[in-house]
Amino acid sequence: MNVVIVGAGPAGLAAAEHALRAGARVTVLDQAETPGGQYHRMLPEAYAAKRPDRIQHGRAEFDRRRRVLAHPRCRWWPGSTVWAFDRAEKRVHILRGPSDGSGRERLTLVPDALILATGAHDRTLPFPGWELPGVYTAGAAQALAKGERVAIGERVLVAGAGPFLLPVAESLLGVGAEVVAVLEANPLATVRKGWSSRPWRLAAHAGKAGELVRYAATLARHRVPYLTGRAVIEARGADRVREVVTARVRADWSVVPGTERAYEVDAVCVGHGFSPQPELAVAAGCVLDDGFVRVDTAQQTTVDGVFAAGEITGIGGAVTAAAEGAVAGHAAAGGTPDPALLRARDRARAFAGRLAAAHPIGPAWQSWLRDDTIVCRCEETTYGELTRAAEDESCPGPHALKLGTRAGLGPCQGRICGPTVSELCGGAERHHRPIVQPIRLGELAAPTEGEPE
Amino acid sequence: MSGWLLPRDRDPVGRADRPIRITVDGEPVTGIEGQSVAGMLLAAGRTSWRTTRSGAPRGVFCGIGACFDCLLTVNDVPDVRACRRPAVDGDEIRTQSREETT
Repeated sequence: MNVVIVGAGPAGLAAAEHALRAGARVTVLDQAETPGGQYHRMLPEAYAAKRPDRIQHGRAEFDRRRRVLAHPRCRWWPGSTVWAFDRAEKRVHILRGPSDGSGRERLTLVPDALILATGAHDRTLPFPGWELPGVYTAGAAQALAKGERVAIGERVLVAGAGPFLLPVAESLLGVGAEVVAVLEANPLATVRKGWSSRPWRLAAHAGKAGELVRYAATLARHRVPYLTGRAVIEARGADRVREVVTARVRADWSVVPGTERAYEVDAVCVGHGFSPQPELAVAAGCVLDDGFVRVDTAQQTTVDGVFAAGEITGIGGAVTAAAEGAVAGHAAAGGTPDPALLRARDRARAFAGRLAAAHPIGPAWQSWLRDDTIVCRCEETTYGELTRAAEDESCPGPHALKLGTRAGLGPCQGRICGPTVSELCGGAERHHRPIVQPIRLGELAAPTEGEPE
Repeated sequence: MSGWLLPRDRDPVGRADRPIRITVDGEPVTGIEGQSVAGMLLAAGRTSWRTTRSGAPRGVFCGIGACFDCLLTVNDVPDVRACRRPAVDGDEIRTQSREETT
């Protein structure tokens, strides 16, 4: 069996390990130069860091996991972008070389089984001024601090929803930024209720409790306030962010009038959870449920021979992703996953439900928007333009909305505004992007090399 | 100034920095091997390097290749995501505009 795995994060690495154990030949592809994905983000090799474990917790476990890439039956292809999947031929189209470069090597693979572990990116809800330079997603702040030791600013406010804000604040402090506050929009009651009911069911994530204690200690040491029930509702500045306005919000995230407070900052990073990156699954013809790839008990999608694991099947964190990857790897290699693997996966998944219950998105976030607030960052479509177009009975439907307002038609192809536009205007979000990653015309015209299997 | 690269002597990870130099619209910018183009520009105090159709400034937003806000031109190849492209010594970077000319 030849198994191709797209993505070398926690899910992809676990899938590789278990597919190899089940006897398959494995090829692991990732766009990045180093394995680990967003979670186990590594420093560049050129940094020649002697003590990477000082900023990468669980480094020993990660080093064990990534060793599978050196297995004699494993091919590891870093810097490899999967730009398309041909459903009829079950052919994976790959570009190898510097990101968005010209003249990258074109290769194709036709595996017996394909495992998609393409992960997620930050979801950031719009607010007035979020398009200003100096406003970042939480993931951007983390990638720059942990991945290359760059601080996004001197005085940074971290805000949004979810436990991911804590490691981001820790990383920012680690590169010498001042974190003025960490704001969780959900009230403490919601957070507490979501995490603490039936805690024994979270045994698979026992390590997380220790992590939380460490984050709390780090924030306390640096005197960084962690406030719940408070959100960023506006960023201000002419050419870049200079000031950020926060306000107390209710459980539904509606603003409590008169509680606004402005902070002088040179950067703000905001994340309200994550959006899956299911383009390849869509190209393969897999059924999605609310943006997430539908999988059966063996992690197989609705398409024979195509498996999925990790955040594209539901936002559940790294432990869940690895547990799903293990099952997917085993099943894709033609094995029958051990009941213990399945149980571990099911236990790990309890985390996903808790995460959603403890850190939901309050529907009244829409009340933060003004008529001129940008919703589609690429095409600068405003909230006013979108709502007027959605109410226009002469051009009904998401397609007309898109063409009429250009929301989602820019370079990001609706990756950032997609979920927001569908929430604001109704209609399911479409993840149909046949060209999954940009390819240059010259590269497209060049002959494909490699293995026509 | 806004962003910066944590100085080597303050970084507990123990780096061995190899300096590199690129130019941005002809101006020299220094950094270290392994940095992304976006990381080098941010560490040099720049927060934006692209303008939108309306002329508004943009730089990094998502930092992981999803938003396409940080596009710039590297050695005459346009539309390169600065956050995903490792900088190479001698790279000639140009900022980009989508501004519509009338």
